[in-house]
Amino acid sequence: MELRKSYFADQRKDDLHEIGQPRPRSDSPGHVTGKTAYFADRNFPGMLHLKMVRSPHHHARIRSIDISEAEKHPGVVKILTAKDVPHNVYTILILIQIGPEDETVLADGKVRWKGEAVVAVLAETERAAQEAAAKVKVDYEVLPAVFDMEEALKPGAPTVNEYHGRNYYLYDSGECRKVRFGDVEAGFAGADHVLEQTYQSSPIEHAPTETTGCIVVPEGNDRFTCYTNTQAMFFTLDNASIILQMPGNKLHFVGGTVGGGFGGKVDVIVEPIAILGAKLTGRPVSFIYSREEEMQISSPRAAEKVVIKDGVMNDGRIVARKVTGYTDAGAYSRHSPYGAQKGAGHYPGPYTIPNVWIDTYCVYTNRTPSSAMRGFGVTIGDFALEVQMDKLARLIGMDPLEFRFINAYRDGDMKAHRQPTEGAALIECMQEASRAANWPVAEKYLSMSSYAKGV
Amino acid sequence: MAKVPVQFTLNGAEKAEFIDSGTTLLHALRDKIGDTSPKGGCHQGTCGGCSVIIDGELRLSCLTLAETCNGAAITTASGLSEGGVLHPLQRAFLDAFATQCGFCTPGMIMAATVLLDHTPNPSRDEVVEALSGNICRCTGYEPIIQAVLTAARSNSQNAA
Repeated sequence: MELRKSYFADQRKDDLHEIGQPRPRSDSPGHVTGKTAYFADRNFPGMLHLKMVRSPHHHARIRSIDISEAEKHPGVVKILTAKDVPHNVYTILILIQIGPEDETVLADGKVRWKGEAVVAVLAETERAAQEAAAKVKVDYEVLPAVFDMEEALKPGAPTVNEYHGRNYYLYDSGECRKVRFGDVEAGFAGADHVLEQTYQSSPIEHAPTETTGCIVVPEGNDRFTCYTNTQAMFFTLDNASIILQMPGNKLHFVGGTVGGGFGGKVDVIVEPIAILGAKLTGRPVSFIYSREEEMQISSPRAAEKVVIKDGVMNDGRIVARKVTGYTDAGAYSRHSPYGAQKGAGHYPGPYTIPNVWIDTYCVYTNRTPSSAMRGFGVTIGDFALEVQMDKLARLIGMDPLEFRFINAYRDGDMKAHRQPTEGAALIECMQEASRAANWPVAEKYLSMSSYAKGV
Repeated sequence: MAKVPVQFTLNGAEKAEFIDSGTTLLHALRDKIGDTSPKGGCHQGTCGGCSVIIDGELRLSCLTLAETCNGAAITTASGLSEGGVLHPLQRAFLDAFATQCGFCTPGMIMAATVLLDHTPNPSRDEVVEALSGNICRCTGYEPIIQAVLTAARSNSQNAA
């Protein structure tokens, strides 16, 4: 790999000799010898196994829960329901003051998605826990469910989550995150062409080879050691502290070795209930998702719908862009209000457009709660934006790469969310891509710069 | 529940345990004997993370009952290096950056070991076929394939 320093006037002068040079990974020797210790590679005497009783319905009221038969099952040590959880209603982003608390550790009176945790069973063996979980009787009154974001936003749609009281997240800016820049309607009125397209995506499961889980050990000093594969150690510790109403100094989290995460292990799902189980039984507790749970229960990337309307001139300039984005949070917020907000900041793309209007909604439906995954909030948006760019180029008969050169943001350009562009390198990347991909563009684009204005 | 005795060699060492009838070899190795190098990714025979070598053949330990392994010679990824010296396949995986999260690595190395035992100079297609039962979700297949081919070349050079 060649490191070119000729592009930027303020390029650092020191010798960046590490870049382009392979360096051995420090974790590889453990991986190839099988010595790397993942959380589940630990075994403790007397360890109990936790299995969840899960909702078979997308939306239902819980009339009653009967654990009497399950309690009698050989090997069962403890059965937990909502009343056992000190602070049962929580939301993970409360740590940065994003509320309201809208999710239950164990369902209380209602389930809002198929697979929601209702009752936790702790037993001597995994098999005993599984068999006893099957003996828990939950009486449900099935409620109408909504699975489509547009249906959920219509008046009269079933209310998914009473803690919000409406099927969208209420930002301080109102029903959606908004970006307003210039006069988008005037931009459309003056455009040579207007193109409106709708893009949709499905939820995507991270599917790590190591399933989500943790092992919790009650220590002699009244503390709990939690071996976990969370991707968010302190975030999880702080949320567990809130849910358990237990000072953080009682919790010792051990982790950092993750058998594949991709964003799927940043929700706080297994640790609080396993710590509670260890506290109430005084024994080590293992709570590990089965492969089926990993695929069906863990949060996927949100389904998204993106409507993009662009005004473009025959000379290639985009003069107006209006984007309406919908993020399907599923039944609970988790990271989705943040994901939808990221979209609002991202949607103009790396292009300078004088008139921009963006609305992004975080919508609640009776689907599996979605959450973080690799660039969530922007990845699907980028797909939509770049397909739209190709369509616009085709519409005006222009080369799609040259079309992007004309609209690329450059240093000093004001972005739609009113941050001036600094350190842009899109022009230079596209110049290199043009050479590498043997996709020739006109000479005037090869002499452009992110720094110097004027072609 | 009545326990059944099981006895086999693991990486050359004699092991004996009393287990519940129906215990998988994966469970016995990890939770009874303490060799955690085989990984349980799916417990249904689809991911290959639990691959071990039983009497020279590649086997999924999550689908193998421990009690069927009496008298067998079992090899796991933790038993490949000798005297602190990495096995050529381990060395090649390291050098080729063929590990990311590492969870599939022990199973991959088991599958590759059996391949090279049977086919010392495999073609690329044979490597791909041999690893086709092992899932790497980090999608690092290309460096893994290269690592196996590199190990095969270094083996044949050493033999020559």
